[in-house]
Amino acid sequence: MGKPNDLVQGTLDLLILKTLSIEGRHGWAIAKRIQQISGEVLQVQQGSLYPALHRLEQQGWIKAKWAESETGRQAKFYSLTAAGRKQLDSETTHWARLSEAINLVVQES
Amino acid sequence: MRWLHKLFMQCQMLIRRGRAGEQLQDELQFHLDQQIAENESAGMDPDEARSAALRSFGNPTTLRDQARDTWSWHGLEVFLSDVRFGIRTLVRTPGFSVLTILVMGLGIGANVALFTVVHSVLLKPLPFKDQDRLVRLYEANSKGTFQDNVLAGGTFASWQAQAQSFEGIAVEKGIDYNLSGSGGQLPELAHAQQASWNIFQLLGVDAATGRVFLPNDDRRDANPTVVLNWGMWKRRYGGDPAVIGKTILLDARPFTVIGVLPAWFNYPDPKVQLWTPIYHERSPEVMSMHTAHNLDAIARLRPGVTIDQATAELNTIQRQIRRQFPVGPVNDAANIRPILDAEVFRLKAGLYAMFAATGCLLLIACLNIANLLVARAATRRKETAVRTALGGSRTRLIRGQVIESVVLSVAGGVIGLALAEIALLWLVHARQDIPRADSIHIDGVVVLFTMGVMLVCGVVAGLIPALSSNDKQILRTLHESSRSYSSGQGGVRLRRVLLGLQVGLTVVLLTSAGLLLKTYSRLRSVDVGCATHDVLTLEINLPKGSYKIPAQVVTFYEQLVARVRQLPGAQAVAVGTVLPGEGHQRDDVFTIQEHPALPKGQVLDASTYFADPGYFNAMQIPLLQGRLFDADERLDRGSEVIVNQDFVLQFLKGENPLGKHIKADVEVPGADKGLEIVGVVADTLENVSGTPTPTVYYPFYSGTQRSGILVIRTKQAPSALALPAQRAIAGIDPGLAVANVFTMDQILGKSTVAASFDATLLLAFAFISLFLAAIGLFGVLSYIVAQRTPEIGIRIALGAQRQQVMRLMLRDGLQPAFSGLVLGLIASTGVAQLIRSMLYGTRALDPAVYILVSATLLVTAILACTLPAWRASRLDPMTALRME
Repeated sequence: MGKPNDLVQGTLDLLILKTLSIEGRHGWAIAKRIQQISGEVLQVQQGSLYPALHRLEQQGWIKAKWAESETGRQAKFYSLTAAGRKQLDSETTHWARLSEAINLVVQES
Repeated sequence: MRWLHKLFMQCQMLIRRGRAGEQLQDELQFHLDQQIAENESAGMDPDEARSAALRSFGNPTTLRDQARDTWSWHGLEVFLSDVRFGIRTLVRTPGFSVLTILVMGLGIGANVALFTVVHSVLLKPLPFKDQDRLVRLYEANSKGTFQDNVLAGGTFASWQAQAQSFEGIAVEKGIDYNLSGSGGQLPELAHAQQASWNIFQLLGVDAATGRVFLPNDDRRDANPTVVLNWGMWKRRYGGDPAVIGKTILLDARPFTVIGVLPAWFNYPDPKVQLWTPIYHERSPEVMSMHTAHNLDAIARLRPGVTIDQATAELNTIQRQIRRQFPVGPVNDAANIRPILDAEVFRLKAGLYAMFAATGCLLLIACLNIANLLVARAATRRKETAVRTALGGSRTRLIRGQVIESVVLSVAGGVIGLALAEIALLWLVHARQDIPRADSIHIDGVVVLFTMGVMLVCGVVAGLIPALSSNDKQILRTLHESSRSYSSGQGGVRLRRVLLGLQVGLTVVLLTSAGLLLKTYSRLRSVDVGCATHDVLTLEINLPKGSYKIPAQVVTFYEQLVARVRQLPGAQAVAVGTVLPGEGHQRDDVFTIQEHPALPKGQVLDASTYFADPGYFNAMQIPLLQGRLFDADERLDRGSEVIVNQDFVLQFLKGENPLGKHIKADVEVPGADKGLEIVGVVADTLENVSGTPTPTVYYPFYSGTQRSGILVIRTKQAPSALALPAQRAIAGIDPGLAVANVFTMDQILGKSTVAASFDATLLLAFAFISLFLAAIGLFGVLSYIVAQRTPEIGIRIALGAQRQQVMRLMLRDGLQPAFSGLVLGLIASTGVAQLIRSMLYGTRALDPAVYILVSATLLVTAILACTLPAWRASRLDPMTALRME
């Protein structure tokens, strides 16, 4: 519980945007997908997933619509907007630079 | 694109907030169900699956709140929930809430009403292009004792020709025309303005239909033209554009209608019906004289020229004119006022004083409510303490309290706005002497002002009690939770201070009201020197067209007086031109034949009245010396005059006035050769608050005055004769319109209306605040008694006498009243100096008023305190002690 720290929050946004860049999904599927792809390393805290989704929606980077899920229930599906795609690009670049820099520091022997 | 999307999102979040909340709930529930389903398929039994899912999910309520926090308008949502909470708390104590809202409504209502008047009358600019460059011009004397003389025609011509400071100067003069009936319409007396042709151009007004005057219309030999005001055009001509070019009869002379003014144009006042060119209407002699002052002048300053520069220039010109005409009433200086100021400067003091009074009233209302809120805060100390202990932030708590009082004052403001609307309707009706009264209404600025006042009142009234409680008290409050006494001493002290201030302000209002009331009663008891009860007056204007020679005029009035005298109930009937108390009308310069010639530059001046032989009897003005006019002194034989006592005192002191001759430039036959003084009558007052002026009465039956005032002294109620008298007039000339049918009482009432209004209103405010102060005293003492119940119980149990207890409590309650009284009396002496210009026959430090105010306040305070003190003395010690 509790709010995620800055790094995680920023990263979570990136992860969500990336996950949605392939296809639109509902919240549960997003969490599952991140978990799966990362080989169960990244456990998305559900406590931070929904506030993050709502914040991204308010920012206009993702949009939501209600549709039938695979189990036949109505679920809220999120998908990327054009602005969100741009945001994903810039965050990816930013992340690449950041992780590269961190690697440099960590691997220095 | 993104901002558009965001805007759309925000609108949606604002409008469909409830729906979004449901959807969030569904979304989270879906997630939970998916997790449960997954857990079940992994082999858990349903209960275990559910609790595992919930464990990994976290607290759904917190999650929902966190998601909601990211939505737009979150601050607004919290604010609204505070407001809802505030309203709920207030609804729980309806008595308190209704009382506060009413008190606030009263304060705000009075304040807003007066603000509306001040704003509409004193501040709102006139609706003219660049109106800050428009000014009124006056003749003045260089001694500075006389600043607002209207212009003489010759002076106007000189200024127009020589002054460089102005883009233009125009003159106007109000006059009444007899507009003849045509096509089945009744004749009517039309208020009109005679003006120089350029007046509309100067004001930046063009005709709505047709055209306004051109230079060629404004000449003696031009074709007579008239411009109609919008209201007249709509009312009498049905708004028909075909009226342009038609001929109408003014004073039985044909005029061509050339244009109609726009609907918004109501300068100089909305009663004006039509305009005629002044050089066409007035003789060239009058328009070139420097001694006949009768024109209102307006001008437009050139850009960049200040009023001071323009005044200096006019002063130079006027000094030259004076050198040229050293004899006669020719002024030697000029004065300029901004056009708006010229209209309203006489009202300023009164209106601002009233506005300040309503400000006081509002402040008192605020203090009262703060006082009540302090009491409430004290009873809610436990709630506050518990909320603080549970982690409620101090800001949020204070905000809650302030929001509560703002809710109260907003409700009060709404009521106040309604009250203000009613008050304004009454005020416009009661004060017909206020210029621009037609522009008094509640507009956007007033609503903004009201909202500002509401907010300030709410915040002030809420902050005082909110800030008076601090964190340090909380622990103590929780400790003390079982003890009901010894708490809230701080609250009591604060309430005493608030109460003292309130009493002080009340005293200021009471004294000011007292001083103004005394002024009014002094004004009303002034003896103007003639009969004032049971006297009816009617104004008649005979049109020039059908009453060309004096004989026709005399015949008409003699016939009229004879007829009206026959009416049952009429005791005495007469005609004159001036009524006492109606203000100064006309004066003329004269010389006394028997006296040596005066040094150059000096003139004698006296008011000019015309009266028929019966006038002094009808008005009951006593004859002191000599005789009155004879009935046969008519037309050319009317070569005698009567003067008043003040005239003798000023010009013929120690001489026998009878037999002296007056030479004056008055249109009575023989006036240039000298008219003999045959009688002396007692003084009358032109202004109720003024002193007698030297006056010469010329014989009305010289027939030179077409306008006259019919005076009827009656045996019973004078208004009963109004209709018969009007019928008598119509019986002689059915085409005549009658104006200004008033009783003498009404005329004098009109001249004191401002004083009566100010005094009455202030008195009302003062009593409201006295009432509020009494409520405050009562409330505070009741509260103290309730708090000290156990202590009083012990005192009585230990043998204190009931009277002792009562005295003790009375002293407690009266203490703030005393300090407030002293404070108020000191402040009143200052305020009294400020309103000194509004006083008449009353000293600013009139002891009677101050003593009366103090007595009233003390009696009220004692009455308000008696009940709680008495209750304290009746306490049963056993019950009181069991409360522990």
